[in-house]
Amino acid sequence: MKKLFPITVTVNGKVYERQVEARLLLSDFLRHDLGLLGTHVGCEHGICGACTILFDGEAVRSCLIFAVQANGHEIRTVESLGTPENLHPLQQSFTDKHALQCGFCTPGFLMTLVPFLEENPTPTEDEIREAIDGNICRCTGYEKIVEAVHDAAEKMSQKK
Amino acid sequence: MTGKYFGNPIKRLEDKQLLTGNAKYIDDIEVPGQLHAAFLRSDFAHARILKIDVSEALKRPGVVAVYTAEDFGDFWKPGPLQVPPPTAIPGSKFNARTLVPIAKDKIRYSGEVLAVVIAESRYIAEDAFDDIIVDVESLPAVVDLEKAWEDSSVLVHDDLPSNMAALVTQEVGNYEEAKKKADVVVARRMLIEHVAGAAMENRGFLASWDDQNQVMTIWANTQSPLTVRGSVSRALGLAESQVHVITPAIGGGFGPKVMTSLTDDVLLPWISKQLKRPIKWVEDRRENFLATTSERDQVHHCEIALKKDGTILGFKDVFYHNTGAYDSYGMTVPLNTQTHIISNYRVPNFYTQIRMVFTNQMVVTPVRGAGRSEGVFAMERMLDFAAKEMGLSPIEIRRKNLLRADELPLATGITGQDFVKNTLDSGDYLGNFEKCLQAIEYDKFIKETQPKAQKEGKRLGIGVVAFTEGTAVGPYEGCKVTVSTSGKVTMTTGYSSQGQAHYTVFAQIIADQLNVKVEDVKVITGDTNHFAWGAGTFASRGATLVGTAALLASQKVRAKIFSTASKALGVPEDQVELGEGSVSIKGKPDSAIPLGTLAAMANPMRGVIEPGVEPGLEATAYYGPPHGSTGCGAMGVILSIDEETCKPVLEKMVIVDDCGTMINPLIVDGQLQGGISMGIGNTLYERLVYDENGQLLTASFMDYLMPLATDMPKKLEIIHNHAESSLKLNPLGIKGVGEAGAIPPGPAIVQAIEDAFADKGVEILETNLSPSSIYGYLKKVEHK
Repeated sequence: MKKLFPITVTVNGKVYERQVEARLLLSDFLRHDLGLLGTHVGCEHGICGACTILFDGEAVRSCLIFAVQANGHEIRTVESLGTPENLHPLQQSFTDKHALQCGFCTPGFLMTLVPFLEENPTPTEDEIREAIDGNICRCTGYEKIVEAVHDAAEKMSQKK
Repeated sequence: MTGKYFGNPIKRLEDKQLLTGNAKYIDDIEVPGQLHAAFLRSDFAHARILKIDVSEALKRPGVVAVYTAEDFGDFWKPGPLQVPPPTAIPGSKFNARTLVPIAKDKIRYSGEVLAVVIAESRYIAEDAFDDIIVDVESLPAVVDLEKAWEDSSVLVHDDLPSNMAALVTQEVGNYEEAKKKADVVVARRMLIEHVAGAAMENRGFLASWDDQNQVMTIWANTQSPLTVRGSVSRALGLAESQVHVITPAIGGGFGPKVMTSLTDDVLLPWISKQLKRPIKWVEDRRENFLATTSERDQVHHCEIALKKDGTILGFKDVFYHNTGAYDSYGMTVPLNTQTHIISNYRVPNFYTQIRMVFTNQMVVTPVRGAGRSEGVFAMERMLDFAAKEMGLSPIEIRRKNLLRADELPLATGITGQDFVKNTLDSGDYLGNFEKCLQAIEYDKFIKETQPKAQKEGKRLGIGVVAFTEGTAVGPYEGCKVTVSTSGKVTMTTGYSSQGQAHYTVFAQIIADQLNVKVEDVKVITGDTNHFAWGAGTFASRGATLVGTAALLASQKVRAKIFSTASKALGVPEDQVELGEGSVSIKGKPDSAIPLGTLAAMANPMRGVIEPGVEPGLEATAYYGPPHGSTGCGAMGVILSIDEETCKPVLEKMVIVDDCGTMINPLIVDGQLQGGISMGIGNTLYERLVYDENGQLLTASFMDYLMPLATDMPKKLEIIHNHAESSLKLNPLGIKGVGEAGAIPPGPAIVQAIEDAFADKGVEILETNLSPSSIYGYLKKVEHK
């Protein structure tokens, strides 16, 4: 019979205690156990980047981690950014510059870019392209995503 | 026509929910009591099923049911033809062998479903695969298109005399006569490789039978909710009103999500009805590669006949088109290829033959570009080969033959995917091409940039091609526009949406007509209980067909606003002024009645209404064009390539596009850029590779390379060149633009690679060019 393991995970500042199977993917745990549906699953083999989350502040693919490995760690998902009424500056730039179409890959891009812009507040175009090179978008051709990152970087560094 | 909103770069209304993780996609839908389905798929591409033993799987805790084909009894049958056969084309032959929902007796492609497991969780359902014993007799796989066509081939469908799925020949003029008069005839065989739609969201389906009300509710990320509704109701013997199909947020379509009559939409409603439980299935990426439809994959045998000055006298193209194991989606793709081969140039004599062939591969249906890419590639390449043979520049030969604006509209005589004779309605093809040459600085490149680079030991190449994009075909689409008593406006349509900004662009059209704020127009798409008529999302037709229907419906509502206001205000209609969100007597702002109040007046609760008056500020309209509208343009590319690594770097790309009047230029640019990335991917990275056993070797994103941010051109310039003549076919002067970007990158990039190696005489005869295949071409000429 399936064996369950107790885990304690902090997600978006809230502490969750749950019993999970060893094989449960972190992406499935976030989506189906915690109901945080903003993290999307596009390939489940770590290439597309749609499921990117922050794991102790670092952008990682939640489909390549088991939920048990998140025990004692701090996770941030797209739900921790802005709300529809009050978008995060990066989200605002994404809509201002039309950097999303179907929106499925977008949470992964945002979670890749949040730590990137914290580390590199004034990136060059090449640096932006390198930063998002692990995220696939089939709709936009990336052009407007790059524009949006420039825009967000400018606005966020002005605020500081 | 420009309005307060129409024609302007309005920011999308749908973004905020998508950006914050609040939008619900198919896998985000949960229904209480739902069970999970997983499909056991065949590892064999071609085999006879001897026995499938599921008895152990049924013993596994958490497994609720397991089904094989036999368990469905009489319900099992081959599905309908989703697109009718091309009977409109005289002499056409078409053998319908439609998709079966689950393999019975015979397996015809790797990935075909053998068993459906229903369990408490997806994890358990997949565990149960290990318990199922499948005993088959393996058969040789039919993979190579040309060999498959031969009478000696192994058969995909045993009851047919050959693997011929269809044979369609069309001719205008007389090619053989033209050839006799030609100074030069050039012939080539070219491959156009197999690619995936690869939307970031896979497919998914949730069926929930309500036994009390006898209603089937379905959530599906389909491009064709009304087709799903029709096929489910037919299969289960229900009225269409008993089937409610809802499309949630959809993570990209690109064509393959139009396909229905697959395992999920046929069997899961039946199973839900049997078990009286909601059943959910979400495809994984491997399944998407193996079993969701894909496209391209043609072999062309082309011949072009010319006068010595480069004038085209005739073109002949006999091409093999892979339809996969079944042909439920008819001939949309190869017919698009036929129309697009001669859609740019003056070709007085044209012979084209489709040899559509069954293989042991997944079914082929449209993917962004959808046959157009193939046709344009074949023609553009042949012009390049002819130019070289005759010592002409690729520019000269195109200038000589490109259609001029005053030659349009032009009936080409070739019947297209819509079974209507193709008409190139409008555009300045030559003008597009000239603009593109200027923007890419062609002359400067040839005279200065390239020679300078050469001296520095760098290889640069340039390619410039023309293209057309047949869009906005019929039959029709429609919508309903309603002003509610809150003053907010709703538009509902059966069309479904996968990221194309429908929620914004349709709202723009309506907001201008009704003089309301664009954010006060709520667009509801793809819900069959809201609007139940239409064909589906394909062929870049949404903006034109639904957009025009939105204009017509909102014009009717506008007329109703005036007639209702005239009565309410007690003045003739010409004294009524429609302000933002209210009506009043001209010059008397104090008389204003809010639109919402007027909507309530249009739906009186007592008294009598005049005969013929329909309640509410509401109207429905439909629009169907006489024929599709053809977008057009040109693309130029400059690339650098290292001779050792053969890795091309796209230094600059220019697209000139005419998609008629733009509803929203921000959205048009997004469509073009996205299409271009797909065209680049198709040319340099993506390829579905089947081996000789029919095994797909590229069933993951590790093997199927998608274009990334670093693969895009260093500079990408978009030029809109909207010809005045483009404004006639429909009242808004709109053409589609969804596929334009995906069409020209192939021939443009290949021409540029050849140009970079012009001194070596490299000739490229295929679409998919990895660095190693370019290296192979170089070695081939070196060894000559």
